[in-house]
Amino acid sequence: MSLDTRSVTLHLGLIAALIVLGFVLPTYHQGNLARILVLATYAVGYNVLFGYTGLLSLGHAMFFAAGMYGCGLAMHLGGVTVIPALVIGLICAAALSAVVALLALRTIGVAFMIVTLMFAQSVYLTALYLGEWTGGDEGFVIAQASRQIAGYALTDPLTRYYAALSLFAIALLITARMMQMSFGRVLIGVRENEERTRMLGYDVFRHKLAAVVISGTIAGAAGAGYAVLFGYVGATFASVQYSIFPLLWVLLGGMGTTIGPLVGVAFMFYLIDYASGITNAYMLIAGAVLVLLTLFARAGIVGEIRNRWAPWLP
Amino acid sequence: MLAILEGAVGASVLALTALGLSLVFGVMRVVNVAHGEFFMLGAVVAWFVSTSIAGHPAIGFLAALAIAPLIAGAVAVLVDRLILKNVAYDPEATIVGTIGVLYILQQSALMIYGPEARPVEPPFSHRIALPWLEWGENGLAFFYPWGLSITSYKLFVIAAAISILLAFWLILSRTRLGLIMRATQMDRETALAFGIPVQRVYSIVFGLGAALAALAAVLIVPIQQAHYLMGHDPLLLSFIVVIIGGLGSVRGTIFAALLIGMSDGVISVFLSPTLSKILATLLVALVLVFRPQGLYGKKMA
Repeated sequence: MSLDTRSVTLHLGLIAALIVLGFVLPTYHQGNLARILVLATYAVGYNVLFGYTGLLSLGHAMFFAAGMYGCGLAMHLGGVTVIPALVIGLICAAALSAVVALLALRTIGVAFMIVTLMFAQSVYLTALYLGEWTGGDEGFVIAQASRQIAGYALTDPLTRYYAALSLFAIALLITARMMQMSFGRVLIGVRENEERTRMLGYDVFRHKLAAVVISGTIAGAAGAGYAVLFGYVGATFASVQYSIFPLLWVLLGGMGTTIGPLVGVAFMFYLIDYASGITNAYMLIAGAVLVLLTLFARAGIVGEIRNRWAPWLP
Repeated sequence: MLAILEGAVGASVLALTALGLSLVFGVMRVVNVAHGEFFMLGAVVAWFVSTSIAGHPAIGFLAALAIAPLIAGAVAVLVDRLILKNVAYDPEATIVGTIGVLYILQQSALMIYGPEARPVEPPFSHRIALPWLEWGENGLAFFYPWGLSITSYKLFVIAAAISILLAFWLILSRTRLGLIMRATQMDRETALAFGIPVQRVYSIVFGLGAALAALAAVLIVPIQQAHYLMGHDPLLLSFIVVIIGGLGSVRGTIFAALLIGMSDGVISVFLSPTLSKILATLLVALVLVFRPQGLYGKKMA
């Protein structure tokens, strides 16, 4: 099989397997997996910037939150239905990421990380400050009755699972396709050697800008999806912790691999699920995993598999 | 007046914390995201020490002042040896690694120390009422309103911070250790060629940075309380200070700490604390975007 057919088979096979899993799994794991798929969409978005373009952002929670609040507030206060609310969420995330990109991309390296961290922090504080509308730390719940598309209630576990799966599948296929096109190749070029890419005549700044906006918009789609599917919007999702999570997931799964984000989220989700049964200090596990990853497996799970056994993995 | 004094307490503690962060960044080019957790560690150790030593609170406090920086420094040296050294001080890897350290320290504190905030008794505390001028029935008169007072301990914090900063400045500019640290900061390769044990200098610097944060925490803990999440705000503020002051510039750091600490005390009188934090973080982000060398620093190549 050629490289392209292999990767198409892998992605379609993964999605098919996930469709089948929806019927087989017990309700508890079905709910978990729906959450994992939405968070994996967030990680896929993060991977576009971090894994492929090589830009480490410490503030992606602001894009996730922009999608979430844009969508959630439109439904909660504006009485908008699900589909237009999702679109509003996407627009909010895209607009915010464009503004942040224009400013933050003037810096590089460590400064870029700190600038994104600072912007995310001010978005988080703004969400707290506007507590009258956002409910601050406690957040708000979106009415169950409004969470439905064309008569299908998104509160039903099976429907919710497939809605989450569609969201993830769209994000996965878009990014997988994008990375095969010349646009994606240039992004990898920027990651590997920015100067050389510029010398070859590519407009590096515009490619980076596009990468931030695409990445931020996918993250926002995940945030909006989370609001609609799980009916809860809160400032926690804008906090530093939710900027660190996607970094952790992508590192764990394998940066710059298409299926790495999903693997990372699923692994981490069940690890924390297991750990929180033992101790309330479950973030200790996350910390330990981060340290171990930086020391021993910089490529992550899928990355290590690719390095050792399957060099064709996309 | 009161706002300025309260601001000075915050500023002096902030200056110590930020100096630790700035030192580590300046010499090692490492952004220590776990810096706030060393601050927290100092406070928590201070609580353990002061509660386990019976007698006058001042004895426990003095013991904490000695023990907390030592423990934080030792932990930091361990982090340097086990993690930072093994990733060859690669900027991105150290950031991810120290984020890991942040969670490990914070959550370990949660497990061992618990989720409660606990106070540490100050070694001494007298209320000093400040006079206030106002037009009364008999013309201009002094009076002493209840809210307008400061404890002697707070004045002590300011004095202690100033003397520590001075001592630190003397070490850096007058001793051999300071010379070696400055040499390493300027040019790592040349320092190595001149036989300076750069690896050991890095360990010392990383430990010293953490110890400064812990020292600041011991000073502040009788005013605030020790809590396992208390490292967050000092981290953010120290970042702000170090960035405004110019990354790695000691003089700029102290200057910026005074500026930020004072204005924090004064602004929060007029604006809500959340709003002033929003403005401060946005401002810092913009400083970093448009003037990456900081307000005080020199342009770096």
